[in-house]
Parts: sequence; C-alpha cells; structure tokens
Amino acid sequence: MSFDLMEIDFAPLIISLRAATMATIVTFFLGIAAAYFVSGYQGKFKGLIDGVLTLPLVLPPTVLGFLLLVLFGKNGPLGKFLTAIGTTVIFSWPATVIAASVVAFPLMYRTVRSSFEQIDQNIIYAARTLGVSEWKIFWKITIPLSWPGVAAGTVLAFARALGDFGATLMIGGNIPGKTLTIPAAIFFAAESGDMNKALLWVILIFIISLIVMTLMNYWTDYQRKLIISAGRK
Amino acid sequence: MLKAHFEKKLPSFDLEADISLSNGILALVGPSGAGKTTILQCIAGLQTPSQGEIKINDKAVFSSEQGINVPIRNRRIGYVFQDYALFPHMTVEKNVMYGMPKKDNSPNKVLTVSNVLEMLKIEHLRQRYPNQISGGEKQRVSLARALMTEPELLLLDEPLSALDQDTRKTLQQELLRLQAQWRIPFILVTHDPQEAEMLGDQIIKLDRGKQETIKMSDKFNETLRKIK
Repeated sequence: MSFDLMEIDFAPLIISLRAATMATIVTFFLGIAAAYFVSGYQGKFKGLIDGVLTLPLVLPPTVLGFLLLVLFGKNGPLGKFLTAIGTTVIFSWPATVIAASVVAFPLMYRTVRSSFEQIDQNIIYAARTLGVSEWKIFWKITIPLSWPGVAAGTVLAFARALGDFGATLMIGGNIPGKTLTIPAAIFFAAESGDMNKALLWVILIFIISLIVMTLMNYWTDYQRKLIISAGRK
Repeated sequence: MLKAHFEKKLPSFDLEADISLSNGILALVGPSGAGKTTILQCIAGLQTPSQGEIKINDKAVFSSEQGINVPIRNRRIGYVFQDYALFPHMTVEKNVMYGMPKKDNSPNKVLTVSNVLEMLKIEHLRQRYPNQISGGEKQRVSLARALMTEPELLLLDEPLSALDQDTRKTLQQELLRLQAQWRIPFILVTHDPQEAEMLGDQIIKLDRGKQETIKMSDKFNETLRKIK
C-alpha cells in the first residue's frame, strides 16, 4: 500500500478536530452543571432526570441523529426559530458540533457525577459551616477534589465526539469540506473501494485518540499527585 | 446562648430536643443511632427540623412557626467532625484560613491564624498537608479551623473517639481550656459516659430520640434562675 499525501484532502481532519474540540468545551460546562445539579437533587424525579441525561449513551446514534433532525429541521421547534432569524444548522458545520456534543455529553455527565458523589459529604458540610458561599465551595473544594474525574470525563467526551459517525451523518450529512468528518470519510472511502485512503484516516484517528488519551492520563496522574499527595514530596 | 426546642421525624423514631445552654459544655451522650448527631446537624442547619425553634443569642436561626431557616453559612456555628473533614488538598494554614471572615466584618480584629495555631500548639504544622499529620493533630487543625470563623457556638461531633487513649486525655484537657478561654457554649457529642462526666457542665442522655437531663452544673442553674 502506498499513499500520495499530496492527493489527500485533509479537510475531514480539520472538521473532526473542530467538532470534537467545540463539543468537548460545550459538554465540559454542561456536563459539570448537570452533574452538580443531579448529585445535589434529592427529589423523586432524580431517576427520570438521570435517565434522560444518560439516554444518548444507550440510544443508537442514528436515533439521536433522527431526533436532532426533527428538532432542528425546517418544521422542528428549534428549526422554525432558526429559520425565523434567518439561519439553519442542518447540513452545516455547527450540525457536526451539535451531534458530537449530544453523543459526548453522557460520558462527561456520568463521570463527573460519580466523582462528585465520591467526595466525603462531611468535607462539604464542613465547608458550609465555615460561612463560605456555595460558589466558593464548588470552585475551591468540589472541583479540585473531583478533578481526576473531571479530566477523565473530558478525555472520554473528546474521544467520543471525535469518533461519532451516525448522529453526525444524519444531521450534518457528508458534504466534503463542510461536514465530512474522519469517521464518515473512512466509511465512504471503504465503500468506494479506496482502502488506502480509509486506512490513512483510520491510522490518523487512532494516533490522535491515543495521543490525547495518553497525555491526559499523565497530566491527570500528575495533578492527582500534586493535589492529594502534595505533602509526600 | 443557645435555646433549642424542636422535633425531627426520623425513619425509626421521632427525635425530640429541648436544649438550653448559656455557657460551658453540654455533653450529649447515648448509644449509636440515638439521634445525637441529628441534633447537632439540626442546630448547625445541615438538617431541617420537622418543627420547633432554635435561637442563638436570642436570634432565631430556625422557627417553623415564623418560617425562619437561616442558611448554615450565616448561623456562626463552628462544627468539628469525628473524621476531622479537613480539606486534603490544602495545607494546614489554608485549611484554617478557609472560613476566616474578612477583616472588615470581623468583630474580633486581633484574631489571626498565628494566634489560633499557637493556641492549639500546631504552629509548626502550617505548611503540612492533612495526610502528613497525626489524628490528634488533625483534630487540633479541625478545632482551629472552626474557631477561626469566630463562632457563637461550637458543636463537636465525637471529636475524640478516633484517637488513642493518651491523645484523647490531652485533647480533653485542651477542650476544657479552650472553652474557658473562648467563653462560648460547646455541645459535645460522645458515646463515652466517662468523657461526658469529665467534660460536661450539663449532660443530656439520649435514647431513641428521647432525652433525659442527668447533670446540671451550678453555673447553669444560676443562669437559668436569672433567665426565669
């Protein structure tokens, strides 16, 4: 097998990295907010809320894509609003970000929620009795103590966002240079018999995912040692 | 001065508390699951009583009748936990400074971290992390952290039960000294009747939510007469 790199259009790489990065930023904040809300909520709807937020993890990506299509389509509630303000997201690059955010969200939310719930409740109680605001407790106690979980959730969300195929294809389509991501490029290259091109994309996505996961693991490990065991040095 | 009269419905029994404390140490003694910690948590605001009233220095912090439930952070109550609950990612100094009031709001402007660390003999541990110090030292840090907020009432939830015999005796003396020096009421939860006897000016025995006063100090009786 041989590649002529000059012939390869690297647009899918840019589109995938842009979608994954932006989706990671979106899910980072939404995931932390949702995890904080659900871990503190003790009402009877907790199971239902958690179920709805976790649903994208278990539903087939095509189902998610279909729902997004209904939501953002011309006649969908959000689609109508977007049309009214003179824009649309279907088959445009923001569609790739929306699809990647939806599929990545549950990984961020569940990982962060589990690390929030592992914090000793007495530590949070102690902080509350010291007269400080919930905001300060969140930033100075909750986030630092659950940082390894937050970092792990971010890595998983990025990896999932980078690898999405079904939902992105349904709402974004496969427009080269606009919405064609690496996973879609692999599918269409393989389908048209261009195995060399498919392999190049496979190797590329493999390398990117491995680098990101490895760097994040080392960094998280370093942070954990710095935060929890700083005194042992 | 603390006046608390409230009820709290618990899964297996109804807890009834009737506490009046002007100064000194009130020891709450009883077996595990008797409701001792729930009383402390209701006073601190970590749990909400089903009904009743809690007043600190004549100011209601909870009243079911008047619909008052002052947030924990505004109650000015220090709380010391059995497992210390120190922030593991902060040095001793940062732990102690965490709840320190801003200078402008502080009624006691001479209170500094150094004063409190010195008073509790942990000045040399300033830059250490909680995982580098012993259980007794952790409890001193926990006390220092609670005192730095200049509380009007200090709640101690089995503060000495995780410590060895010698450290425990030393800290019992420290608590008596601190109370005399600080002059705010302390409520100490313990399952050890001897410890209650040694530290408590007033002792309340609790069993399945029902309380029985088994000791009242002369100091307390005198205050009670003045109030009446």
